[in-house]
Amino acid sequence: MDGAPSNPQPIVGRANRDGADLFRRWYQDLARVAESGAGAAYVFVMGSMAEVLRVFDLPMVFPEINSLQTAVRRVADQYLSQAEDEGYSPDICGYVKADVAVQLRGGEHPMGRIPRPSLAVLTNACNTYIKWAEIWERMYHVPVFVLDVPGTRAGGAQTWPGHPDFETDRRYVASQIQELIAICEQVTSRRFDIDRLREVLGYANQMSGSWRRALELNQSVPAVFSALTDGTIYLGVSNAFRGTAEGSEYFAQLVEEMAYKAAHGIGTIQEEKHRLVFVGVPCYPIFRRFYELFAEWGGVFVSSTYLWFASGGTNLGFEYDLRQPLESLAEGVLISVRHAMDSMFYQDRMLDEMAEPFGVDGVVYHPIKSCRTVSTGLADSRRAFMQARDIPCLFIESDMMDKRVVSEAQMKNRIDAFFEGLNARKLQRAVA
Amino acid sequence: MAYAAGVDVGSTQTKAVILDEGRKIVGRALIDTGANVVSAAENAYVEALRESGVQEEEVEYVVGTGYGRYRVTFGDTQVTEISCHGRGSVHMFPQTRTVLDMGGQDTKAIRVGAAGEILDFCMNDKCAAGTGRFLGAAATALEIPIGELGPTALRAEKAVRISTTCTVFAESEVLSWLGKGKRTEDILLGVHQSIAARSISLLRRVGVEQELTFTGGVARNVGMIHALNRALGLQVNVGDESHFMGAIGAALFALDHLLGSRIPASARETTA
Repeated sequence: MDGAPSNPQPIVGRANRDGADLFRRWYQDLARVAESGAGAAYVFVMGSMAEVLRVFDLPMVFPEINSLQTAVRRVADQYLSQAEDEGYSPDICGYVKADVAVQLRGGEHPMGRIPRPSLAVLTNACNTYIKWAEIWERMYHVPVFVLDVPGTRAGGAQTWPGHPDFETDRRYVASQIQELIAICEQVTSRRFDIDRLREVLGYANQMSGSWRRALELNQSVPAVFSALTDGTIYLGVSNAFRGTAEGSEYFAQLVEEMAYKAAHGIGTIQEEKHRLVFVGVPCYPIFRRFYELFAEWGGVFVSSTYLWFASGGTNLGFEYDLRQPLESLAEGVLISVRHAMDSMFYQDRMLDEMAEPFGVDGVVYHPIKSCRTVSTGLADSRRAFMQARDIPCLFIESDMMDKRVVSEAQMKNRIDAFFEGLNARKLQRAVA
Repeated sequence: MAYAAGVDVGSTQTKAVILDEGRKIVGRALIDTGANVVSAAENAYVEALRESGVQEEEVEYVVGTGYGRYRVTFGDTQVTEISCHGRGSVHMFPQTRTVLDMGGQDTKAIRVGAAGEILDFCMNDKCAAGTGRFLGAAATALEIPIGELGPTALRAEKAVRISTTCTVFAESEVLSWLGKGKRTEDILLGVHQSIAARSISLLRRVGVEQELTFTGGVARNVGMIHALNRALGLQVNVGDESHFMGAIGAALFALDHLLGSRIPASARETTA
């Protein structure tokens, strides 16, 4: 049996409690950086390159996380309006607009002051990243580094280490990482330290392995965590603390807690009736209510593609080879970021594979107006999955930031009907 | 004899149906919802009771449905109109496998199983484009009673191509075509075709399986039936009860509960 803590009582709920504490502390640290007048590396969840940036002790700002926090804290409308007042269209990504407003406010944010960028690091996993970073480039004249990751562009045709195409791709990524290191040296006036990289990669390995294990543990019945709410807390820590001792320790403890809950049949909701998978980005403007609309029917999200792509594909648990840190980093980034991209475009196959192990009763697709990258193709993916599997799917559209396009009454209507169908289906099967 | 009732509180109209134990409709009523949703539900129910001759105490179970389902204060439970239209349609037209429900602010495409259970569904998003509201805007612009829209459209010679289904822009587009000298009949046919096309887009997302039953308030519009039949290349099921299908489905769920028979889960489990 995984995990048998000596003092079991405090273990249940520990990950949520500690995760929230870590998260607050991370923002406090960022605020101190901002107050000192220093800059930070602006990075993104799909390929943050934390492994390299930590070698240079560069503080990291995740603008996506800043933006979603404005929605969770119900002030996104103020930030979105400010950007729209500057001429940004309502159709532009809500994350971008909230960040623009943060910049226009000199870093003012509900979680604490955000430092300005001294460097921007991004991948091509999201096409908006590139246009977004151009805004900072214009505002602050900071270097922008785009890591071009050759992802899957033909479904199922990924190549793996040893294949000539993969090795070409690995060299391509490795050469770009060398460029990033040079930029970091220039920005920080510090020399690259390969041993420090090994240390960071070691912590990242522990975190990735634990993350993968924690996600697997939700195969338990009842589910030990909600992929929609609890999972988002874990996700925040995985991004903000990747490559740190605290991060790896947090995830080791997360596994311990989830293993304990699984072993003792402790579920995340009172009465689990339907096991669901979430596809897309959460509805942050009504984050808690959105969860309740499902939980009231006994619906629990056992997994979510969000936990895959927004952790940069680290859910795969890729383990760096510390004997060849740079080569292995290139391989890991290539495989993980590619997986993050595939989690957005080819998730129907992943859902198919997890249907039995996770006991999936239904899939909820949540395309959002703000983000074409994660939403385009979801209708096709849903159709493909429904053809492959006799598993009901719900398709609800809203947004990750903009409450103006979130209609709770219409959403509730769809969700209720979905569960009415699931209940009728279960009853019919029971009778048959 | 025991009775069950369904009350469908829609955005525009409220419908009530009383069923006897043999699933026969013994009373029904239709009124405008207006601003007071609670009163609308009560008034429709009272009127249906009056028509049926059934006393209120003889009705043993009431299911509320529609957007105002939680405002049916005398209801025993609530079921979404998506489930109710599916259930009602299969009851009235047993070979139904696809339902198109076109109401005041929603259009829903629903794929159902043989027992009326929901297999898949798709609705218009937050925007009311392509719903009954759009027809209402056209009626206002053309100063024609809503009941005359369909028959007028059927007198068209050549449909005007309407580029928008946006309810906000409907009036200005209709007026602009009038200004260009287009006939009212031709404009209206274009309006109906435009809405039909948008509805068919929803239907294709769930997959059109025959038979297709057309429900909701707009199902009374002969112009829309004609436009759908032509665009789909089939004859949609539509009848006198199509407008009441949500209330019929709700009453059937109520009867399920009453008789303890099949598919009671939806009716039994409230939405908390």
